[in-house]
Amino acid sequence: MTTLSIQLVNLFAAFLLLLAFAMLAQRRVLTLVNLYALQGLTVVAATTVVAHMTHQEHLYYSAILTLLLKVILIPWVLHRLIKRLNVRWDIETLINIPSTMLVGIVLVVFAFNLALPISKLSTSVVPGTLGIALACILLSFMMMITRSKALPQVIGFLAMENALFFAATSATYGMPMVVELGIALDVLVGVFILGVFLFQISEQFESLDIRNLENLKEE
Amino acid sequence: MSRAFSQLISILTPILLAPLLLGWVNQMRAWLSNRRGPGVLQPYRMLHKLFNKDSVMADTASSLFRFAPYAVFGSMLLANAIIPTLSTDLPLASAADAIALVGLFALARIFISLAAMDIGTAFGTLGARREMLVGFLAEPALLTVLFSASLIGQSTALPTIVEAVAHKHFAIYPSLVFAGMAFILVFLAENARVPVDNPATHLELTMIHEAMILEYSGRHLALMEWAASLKLFAYSTLGIALFLPWGIGQKATPSSLLLALPSLALKLALIGIVLALVETFSAKLRIFRVPEFLATAFLLGVIGMLTHILLGA
Repeated sequence: MTTLSIQLVNLFAAFLLLLAFAMLAQRRVLTLVNLYALQGLTVVAATTVVAHMTHQEHLYYSAILTLLLKVILIPWVLHRLIKRLNVRWDIETLINIPSTMLVGIVLVVFAFNLALPISKLSTSVVPGTLGIALACILLSFMMMITRSKALPQVIGFLAMENALFFAATSATYGMPMVVELGIALDVLVGVFILGVFLFQISEQFESLDIRNLENLKEE
Repeated sequence: MSRAFSQLISILTPILLAPLLLGWVNQMRAWLSNRRGPGVLQPYRMLHKLFNKDSVMADTASSLFRFAPYAVFGSMLLANAIIPTLSTDLPLASAADAIALVGLFALARIFISLAAMDIGTAFGTLGARREMLVGFLAEPALLTVLFSASLIGQSTALPTIVEAVAHKHFAIYPSLVFAGMAFILVFLAENARVPVDNPATHLELTMIHEAMILEYSGRHLALMEWAASLKLFAYSTLGIALFLPWGIGQKATPSSLLLALPSLALKLALIGIVLALVETFSAKLRIFRVPEFLATAFLLGVIGMLTHILLGA
């Protein structure tokens, strides 16, 4: 029973890494939002399995919270945002996908090596997943760096938060409930504020390309 | 005696069933695009027609052109013979492992490309160059997929891998998720399916496989078509052996073969449906997007190996 649960958590971790790469390579904004929702769903599934395995009740609550917030509410808000900003068919043309992916794989190797000594000290039953969570964080970070449109950057930020949450769940069986609620609220408020930002940017420059922001600095 | 029988069965099954699989995929594609389709037996009818026709040779054709269909057909047949389809008890499989399997596919590719360039027409050369472009990118990706599976089985011999996954206690292997995704991409590219090549078109701007066999006719064309369907069959059974090996028998007794045959048929039918769905829902890639497509496959394969090393499963 426990071995099956461990294998399931490992499988979900692998799915997260797969989704992180899919998001890194995805050019369409709309698909990016759907991938983000799928990532949230994977985190929910992993959290539920960990909760079942370790009999920690508060993890069930955080799984439900994640489901409501990151699978339903935030993707819905993002979809509305895309509709209102009229960037439904926006695609990014400037990034070179194969070289981005190659840098991504270097990041994965780096993260795996970095996490190896930490996970040896960990008392968790799924120590290997820490490396994957770290790799997902770095990949989301890289997604934020390589993109020039504002909306994919927001999604990169949210994906990074998902990966952090997964790291906390798998390495230490979740954070205290208060911290988790605080983070969830932060993310929600962050999305709303970033939404307002996006509106301002698109009104000012009639595009969501953040390189336009460079014009704002004084000479 | 029993082992030779098992080997014979696993050679005869692909020869007889491969055109049926191709017909099934074509029929599904027709149904999915609201057409009636020619029926699942159409490839057999075509093979029969082609074998009864005279073969016309170009004046510039060398003996290589004449020999290539037999070489391609032979290597595809051997590839099918070493993949465990019905039982893992294969005498030939100990002679050639997963890496030799990739070599066999490469041998067929080299012959078909040389034959295409042999005549000297523009289309043949164009097709051969494109095929080599796809091939040299698909091969490392296929190798990483096979390595991921080999790490689980602790051996590159296909029967050992199948036994490790199917007959030991049940386990979920995250590395196989990545390897499976990579394998699907390689499968589509290597078998000239839609995102990379369209098997149903003779449009000169896009065709790869069809451009290479354009000069063939009669029994040579029949062998080439049959070899193409054998390749599809080999990739399908390789996918089954690596990722869905449940139901493949251990010993080649008649009862286990009887048990393995329906499960094989069911899995092949499922693969046909999925393949037709993928082909219907995706648009053909521009030829210069293909390296990107196959780089993704290679990457997924490498990540699969890394995941195996990290997670130990």
